[in-house]
Amino acid sequence: MMKTLLKVDSIETYIGHYHILHDISFEVHQSEVVVLLGRNGAGKTTTLRSIMGLNPPSSGAITFKDQNIHGLPTYKIANLGIGYVPEDQGIFNYLTVEENMRVAMKKQDAAHEERLEWVLGLFPDLKKFWKKEGGHLSGGQKQMLSIARAYVNENELLLIDEPSKGLAPIIVEKVMESILEMKKTTTIVLVEQNFMMASRIGDRFYIIDDGKIAFSGSMKQLNEDDQLKKKYLGIA
Amino acid sequence: MEQIINLLINGISTGMLIFLLAAGLTLIFGLMDVLNFAHGGFFAWGAYCGVWFYSVTGSFMLSIVFAMAVGLILGAFTEKVIIKPVYGNHIMQILITLGLMLVLTEMLKVFWGPNQLSSTAPEYLSGSWQIGNVIIIKYRAFIIFVGLLVFGIVQFILKKTRIGLIVRAGVMNKEMVQALGINIKRVFMYVFMVGSAMAALGGAMLGPYTGSIYAEMGLEFAILAFIVVVIGGMGSFTGSLFAALLVGLNQSFLAYYFSELSLAANMLLMLVVLIFRPQGLFSVRG
Repeated sequence: MMKTLLKVDSIETYIGHYHILHDISFEVHQSEVVVLLGRNGAGKTTTLRSIMGLNPPSSGAITFKDQNIHGLPTYKIANLGIGYVPEDQGIFNYLTVEENMRVAMKKQDAAHEERLEWVLGLFPDLKKFWKKEGGHLSGGQKQMLSIARAYVNENELLLIDEPSKGLAPIIVEKVMESILEMKKTTTIVLVEQNFMMASRIGDRFYIIDDGKIAFSGSMKQLNEDDQLKKKYLGIA
Repeated sequence: MEQIINLLINGISTGMLIFLLAAGLTLIFGLMDVLNFAHGGFFAWGAYCGVWFYSVTGSFMLSIVFAMAVGLILGAFTEKVIIKPVYGNHIMQILITLGLMLVLTEMLKVFWGPNQLSSTAPEYLSGSWQIGNVIIIKYRAFIIFVGLLVFGIVQFILKKTRIGLIVRAGVMNKEMVQALGINIKRVFMYVFMVGSAMAALGGAMLGPYTGSIYAEMGLEFAILAFIVVVIGGMGSFTGSLFAALLVGLNQSFLAYYFSELSLAANMLLMLVVLIFRPQGLFSVRG
């Protein structure tokens, strides 16, 4: 049986007065890619932010490697081995690509330098723009920088929020290839609206609708169920 | 011509003093989103502690170090006790730091009395150099030197060290810095302390420049510092130097030619910048 890496158990999250997540529960096993699907505003991004402690849930439990992380500050959650790629990419616009990467690196020793080189091998464009400010990159380059930054430390879990958003199809293909490569060594929770991408990368899925888990299963199952796709994702 | 050079040196040295106050303010605002109206209080406390310590020890350099140490301690206390509970709440920040400003000002009167204190520069910084027809007052040159030195040191830290990289990243996107595993709140405290120490340094250097100090000077200089922060761009360290020099020169030349207009002219300068570049001359928000 696969080991559970992340367990989200009945979380309720509010943003201001708005009750966004209602009793959300799901599990992520080691070495799999779980995709969170759903329409705009369903609560997918808030789910990732709740895990990271950026919008802490008001109740429920979140365990990562059997440790309760609910209530921990964001930086401690990140230091346990969770990398985060936010929806807006979170690029430091006035820092160079190199500085964006180095600010994320937990250490600057030989092992981390070696890891950096390896990650840059997955994202060769970043090396070309090494001294360029983040704000001057294209949308696709920013997305790659954001993913590479989350991957530069040996994080056991990556939370990636809509990596294909606003990108041209050819760039989406590149991003997808990079994520497929990362899938070989790490566990991923992916929020994605691009169903083609989600179905190629994902192993299992959870559909979030109106802040609740509406459906879950294997990607294969979803691929074959046109009715489900139409009902929750609006695709025929 | 000589008069213009003198006004120029005067303006630059005034600008450097304002820079020392504004630089901390801009970093605190840029990184922490904290509107610290008590910042001028650290400046005034630096001035009083400097003058007092100089009178006790006779060492001007030690008095500057002492003033900065007081600034560090006041900064640490203020961040931990006053600011921490009101992070993210600007209205509360304005109210509580304005209240602190009043308390700091009144406490100066409790310790040193309500009257002005006179202050002089040490002998080795008194007097002037004459180059042709231009007279350069030594103490003003010293202020410019210290201002540039502080700018250089802080710039080096910001550009060449990891903590500087974190501060710059934090000014652009605090949330992301935390998501990368960095304890931003600890960085907040260091920045607050350094900013307060820089304000205290500025205060300690002001005494011999103006010849006297008084409790309300903190508020007066804080207004200039806020103008500088807005003109320079909130969170921009380089912007604060540029804007402080602009305000200092503006002050110096207008005080000479149209004395009644000096503060109004700075407000006007801010207004013009706000109309054409609302983000300030050097914006750093990502």
